[in-house]
Parts: sequence; C-alpha cells; structure tokens
Amino acid sequence: MKKLINNAEDVVKEELKGIELAHPDLVKVFYDPDFIVRADSPVQGKVALVSGGGSGHEPMHGGFVGKGMLDAACPGAVFTSPTPDQMLEATKAVDGGAGVLHIVKNYTGDVMNFEMAADMARDEGIEVESVLVDDDVAVEDSTWTAGRRGVGLTVVMEKIVGAAAEEGRSLKECADLARKVNNQGRSMGMALTSCVVPHVGTPSFDLPEDEMEIGIGIHGEPGRHREKLAPADEITEMLLDPIVGDLPFVEGDEVLLFVNSMGGTPLIELYIVYRKAVELLEAKGIKVVRNLIGPYITSLEMAGASITLLKMDEDMKKLWDAPVKTAGMRWGI
Amino acid sequence: MTITRDDVLIWIKDYARVVEENHIMLTNLDREIGDADHGANMRRGFKVVLEKLSSVEEKDIGAILKSVGMTLLSKVGGAAGPLYSTIFMKAGNTIGAKMEMEVGDWAQALDAGINGIAVLGKAQPNDKTMLDALYPALDALKTAINNGSSCGEALQKSAEAAHDGMLATIPLVARKGRASYLGERSAGHQDPGATSTYLLIKSAADVWADC
Repeated sequence: MKKLINNAEDVVKEELKGIELAHPDLVKVFYDPDFIVRADSPVQGKVALVSGGGSGHEPMHGGFVGKGMLDAACPGAVFTSPTPDQMLEATKAVDGGAGVLHIVKNYTGDVMNFEMAADMARDEGIEVESVLVDDDVAVEDSTWTAGRRGVGLTVVMEKIVGAAAEEGRSLKECADLARKVNNQGRSMGMALTSCVVPHVGTPSFDLPEDEMEIGIGIHGEPGRHREKLAPADEITEMLLDPIVGDLPFVEGDEVLLFVNSMGGTPLIELYIVYRKAVELLEAKGIKVVRNLIGPYITSLEMAGASITLLKMDEDMKKLWDAPVKTAGMRWGI
Repeated sequence: MTITRDDVLIWIKDYARVVEENHIMLTNLDREIGDADHGANMRRGFKVVLEKLSSVEEKDIGAILKSVGMTLLSKVGGAAGPLYSTIFMKAGNTIGAKMEMEVGDWAQALDAGINGIAVLGKAQPNDKTMLDALYPALDALKTAINNGSSCGEALQKSAEAAHDGMLATIPLVARKGRASYLGERSAGHQDPGATSTYLLIKSAADVWADC
C-alpha cells in the first residue's frame, strides 16, 4: 500500500482537521462525535439538510456543506456508515426550527443508523423527514436484494434540494422535491482499477490489467459483469444504455448529465466520455441542458467513472443554477 | 434457578472474549460475501463495552444491558451496530430494573430483541441474516421451558438450535444487506451475522450452565 497518510486509524480525524483549517469561512467541525456544519448554522427558519456516509467519497459529503447545499455532514470510518450519535448531534446543531431533512443513500447500514437517529431526534422534539437515494441501475433485481444503491444522484439531489431549502421552502416541499429527483434520476458506474481501504491495506478486489468491472458500486462492491477493457466510446454506451432504458428517458426529455470520476480517472478522460454521452443522447432526441463533470463522489483512488442522468423541469433547472458556496461546489456567489 | 446481575456481567465479559478470539474468522466470512469488516467492527465495539462496564456494574440488569446497547450503537457502525444495539436495548427494556431473572424472563427479553431486529432490518427468515440463528434459538428455548427443562438445559437447547440455524445459512441466497448484491453468488457461504449471534447465544449457555 502506497498512500499519503500517517496512521490508517487517524485518516478521518486528520482529514477533518484539514477541512477545519482550510474552510473556516464555510464550516465548523465538531469531534467525538464527528460532524461538519455550516459556519452560520443553525439558520433560523430554514429547513436544514443533513447527510452522511462512510468516508473515502470526498468531496461528498463534507465538501458539500455550505450555503445553498448541506447544513451538516456526518463522516463515518472509510466505507463504513456513521453512527446515530453523530447524526443526532448534527441534527440538533443545525435545526433552525423549520425541520431537518435527512438525505440517506440506500445501504443497509446507512438506512438503519439514520432511522435510529431520526427517531431519537423526534423524541427530542425536532421535526425530521428522511429521503432515500437509490439510483444505481447496476443492481437489477431490487425485490430480492437490499435494493438499488445510492450513488451519483446523491450529489445532484443535495445541490437541488439545498437550493430549495435556501429559498425558504417547507420541510414537506423539500422532501417531496428530493423524492421527485430520486424518481427522475438514474446512474451507473464502472471501474478500471480497484482501491485500497487504508485500514485494510490490500485492494478491495482483484481486477486484471486488461479487464474492467461494469456496474460497480462506490465501495468496490461487485458490478453487473466483468469484461475485457474497451475504448471509451464503447464503455460510455455500456453505461448510458441501461440508464436511458431504465427510467426510461425518452425523446424530448431535458436532462442534466453528470460524468463523475471514481477518484483516479483524470478530467481529460471524463470529457472524452462526456462528448460521447452527449452524442448518444442527442441521437435519441434527449437534450442535455445542464452538466456536471469531475470527481464529486469517489471511491478513494479507484480509476473509473460513473454517469448520472436526471430528467429536469424548469423548477429543477432554476434550483440547479442557484448560488452555492461549498468547498466542493461553488457558483453564482 | 436464577440468572443474577453478576451472571449477566460474566456473560458480557465472556462474549467480549469470544469476539476477540474470533474477530479474524468473522471478518473473513464477511470478506467472502460482504465488505470484510464484521469482526473488526464487533471487536471495536466490545472493547469499549468492556471499558465502560465498570461504571454500570452496580446497576440492575436492564440498565446494564441498555448501557451495552448504547455503547454498541455509537462504536460499531455499519449495519451490525444498530442491530446488536437493538438486541441489548430491547432486552434491557423488557427485563427492567431486576437484579435477577428466571430463564422465562430471558426468553421474553430475547423475543423482544429479535422482534426489534426484524423490524429494523425488515428481514424475514431465510434471508441469510442473524435472524436465521436467532429465531431457532428462541423457538428451542421456549419449547424447552414449556417441556419443563431446567434453565441450563433450555439454554443448551437454544445454543444447539442457533448452531444449526447458523449452518443452515450456508446454502441460502442473501436477500438483505450487502451480500444481497451478490445474488446467487452468496450461496455456499456462512452468514457472518448469524455466526456472531450464534456465538452470543452459545456464550450465554456456557456461562449460565448452572442457572
């Protein structure tokens, strides 16, 4: 294992300290239990958005705390769900009296821990709603599994719903909007290489030099299938076709196209994928009206990419364009 | 014929020892069909449970079990944290402020804990989860009590049923948790959660053999 770390067990704490020193204008960091909140929280009268998950997906979620996006983020150990005490304290710290929305990616551990935290927060008199993100079309049979995983759409949901909360919408309106985003968005990813979890020290799975894993999750979970490495255009088609067919996205739809790096894949390659994705969508009469390109929801140093599509309406476009000021995403301010 | 507060403390300490001895085995089972952290997470949680036990050892059984549950909730993480926490907290609530309990109280506590897990995990029998060890353990315990078995005998039957339930997870296809993403590929592997819960039930039967 070759990593720029000190001790594997100190990785998350030292990262948090770095975030605290780098962005005092944006966030405050709390320790034991660990969580990050907006510097100006609690914002009175505003619905507060709380998310969280295992570490190793940076900039998600801590990098999305700030004006126009999340009010708090709870980091777990690398690839391990955070615990309810973190979520409860974060929820209490950001509640501005208008209620708190928990944005939860659909993994068994995350769902249970957030559910317990929401119950505890309600016992303390805080109004809490939860929304699940489960956009990964790579999980085919969701009746007999834990269901589809929450992946790239999480980033898009946090931006859009964060803007809605900022403009003063109610908890119910924010939760309904989040569910609408989830219903209209789909993702799929692929890996060129595995990744090494610091406290494990060896790759999460073995991927031979000439093979790739299609339909990967964000923790190195297995995908739909493994096959021989192919040119970028073919890979783009392999990811985009299941996404388009699943919703389905149809002629005349206006979409946001998000091409994400799993951490190790550089922008030069993401643009190659983006170019082909636009071409394939245009051929189907689907119009790309907004985009996001870069490493936003990663799996440590894994090389690979994911594609997310969201069917947009005028309201979502307006919310997407609204000002946001976080470490990981910033425009209009 | 009773299980005292001190017996409960002995059981918790014994299970912490069992987790320490078996954490690598549990993590290896989890590596095959999950994300290779079950043993590590349980070990981290029960280490802190042991550290905190001295601060509650003068309290009643319910308070001790609830304290263990709260520690597990904040230290284990993943799915095992809330699930193990639920067993201990529901069991603690059911037993309440008693300094000693009958085996029938234990059966009721286990029943409440198992129900809590089923609700939280939304799991059914044969989903390849910890419930596949726990349901048989509870059934065997209740049957033995109804048939007039002694406390020690009933707990022994319970542990044997948990063991059979654990082994019966091997051919199952997982329908809950991260193993479910493997689909058919999850068959042929013993469930790590069923294994750690079997060890929990067995530990109770071992240390309370003379109850």
